[in-house]
Amino acid sequence: MMQPQAPAIRSDLGRAGTPGLLGWMRRHEEARFAWLSLAPALTFFAVFVGFPVVYSFYLSFHDWNMMSPRPDWVGLENYTALLRDELFIRSLVQTTVFTAGITGCVVVLSLATALLLDQRLRRIGLYRTIYYLPAVTSVVAIGIVWLWIFDPQFGLINQTLRAVGVIGPRWLSDQRLALTALIITAAWRNVGYFATIFLAGLQGIDTMYYEAAHIDGAGAWGSFRRITLPLLRPTMLFVVIISVILSFQVFALVYVMTGGGPAGSTSVIVFYLYQQAFTYFRMGYACAIGYVLFGIIFVLTLVQFKFFGKQVEM
Amino acid sequence: MRASGTDPRRATLRRRLSGAALHGLLLIGAVITLAPYAWMVSSSFKPNVEIFSAALELIPAHPILSNYVTAVTREPTVRAIGNSLIMAGGETLAVVVTSILTAYPFARLRFRGRDTVFLMVLGTMMIPSQVTMIPTFILMRWLGWIDTYQGLIIPRIVTPLGIFLMRQFLLTLPRELEEAARIDGCGRLRTLLQVLVPHLGPAVATLAIFTFTASWNEFFWPLIVVQSSEMRTIQLLIAAIKQAEAVDWGVVMAIVTLSVFPTVVIYLMLQRYFVKGIAMTGLKG
Repeated sequence: MMQPQAPAIRSDLGRAGTPGLLGWMRRHEEARFAWLSLAPALTFFAVFVGFPVVYSFYLSFHDWNMMSPRPDWVGLENYTALLRDELFIRSLVQTTVFTAGITGCVVVLSLATALLLDQRLRRIGLYRTIYYLPAVTSVVAIGIVWLWIFDPQFGLINQTLRAVGVIGPRWLSDQRLALTALIITAAWRNVGYFATIFLAGLQGIDTMYYEAAHIDGAGAWGSFRRITLPLLRPTMLFVVIISVILSFQVFALVYVMTGGGPAGSTSVIVFYLYQQAFTYFRMGYACAIGYVLFGIIFVLTLVQFKFFGKQVEM
Repeated sequence: MRASGTDPRRATLRRRLSGAALHGLLLIGAVITLAPYAWMVSSSFKPNVEIFSAALELIPAHPILSNYVTAVTREPTVRAIGNSLIMAGGETLAVVVTSILTAYPFARLRFRGRDTVFLMVLGTMMIPSQVTMIPTFILMRWLGWIDTYQGLIIPRIVTPLGIFLMRQFLLTLPRELEEAARIDGCGRLRTLLQVLVPHLGPAVATLAIFTFTASWNEFFWPLIVVQSSEMRTIQLLIAAIKQAEAVDWGVVMAIVTLSVFPTVVIYLMLQRYFVKGIAMTGLKG
């Protein structure tokens, strides 16, 4: 292809015969401009992603409280200590329960909501607008409002229950219910968002499939199961992966609503990591937790790709 | 084809449920979605007597404004909203600029290693922020940026999502746009700024709205980098008030209402850009 000249740049470059890197840069004006243009972002990634990823790994083999002049090498001790750390294991289990609960809720409720939002009804646009609203609202605000909604005495839920003659539970101060209350809150926030994604997936399915099924005499349930679900697999994969990644990193909701309590019953991995790093200043230990989290998310994502990916084949 | 009211995809659900039933279900969902907002706004106008009352009343019997007055006078709400505006505004401006500058070579120029570098940029999305957070905090301390605006903003001024979104949009623009300018002897930077940027309106709007909303709502990074009460963002202020022993729910709800207001207004006014953003990237702000 003919490369149009750029006199404005070329004029101040001098001869194109200079050897070495400089010469290469002068001869390849397009590549030169490309790398110059990329330089700020690449520098950023080196400083704020590359360096932290490496340094975090380095720190995970050290003990450091940020006061002593330099980190002390402890080998694998942080990682082996994690295996014996009961509160860590408990946080890991609770994070898994939270993730499974919220992802289950979200897949079922979002898909159902998307099927409703797909209908051609009056004011359907208004409903779509309303359902997405929680996704643009901050988790901190949502956490505070739901904290108040779950108030055993004056909260919306228990007041409503009382109106129909039921005495509501103590929700967030009940060890057996606190995690469930967090799942309810997170589901309230996420269903509309994932429904919007499912809706886009639904609208991408060619209607011809349904016409064919209809002619073959398939019922409503039959076409949902044999057409909608299989053709929605790529969307389903996306929704499940994003939901799992987001839920495994849940933090603000726990910080605001329960602070990990009561009695550690809502402590989750990122909350535990935050406490280790910024309450107890165990930087090496916290970095080890970060890497364990990284590993778990990585493996879960791969597994889901394998599990769903095989059947996707689009 | 899809515009017809009786298309077979929709008909599968239609055959099971009547229009009234569908409307009923949608209405229930809408009530569940809106109830917390209603409860929030309603509580913010209630005097304490009504907040701590056994009766379930959505409309306050004696609505008052004093919670809002207290919110902006006794609590440092105005300062916190200002801090959030500076953080979200600065971040948005920077992300738009860096995304355009970085996306342009990926979308339009030919150079060795382009696709590898682009994949690496996207790959950084896989890394959870918890892994990079501690070294970044140590770096901020070393630079003396703890408790400063640059500490809040600089570690967030480039996002792989922004680069990706901008690249996808650039790919949809016809090449003839720049080729004409290049033949006229226009330099690459000038071509980008004067010829391409004017066509980037919708992509810039989408990216700006997503970035602003995400930054306004951000909690984790400010929590780590902010230490004084003067530098608190609005999200940090809300979380801090809640930690205080005696929670004055009316005042807290007034502050929360104020904090939610900007993002909801932006969303309602510019909704089409949110929908476009989801369609283009499948990710939320």
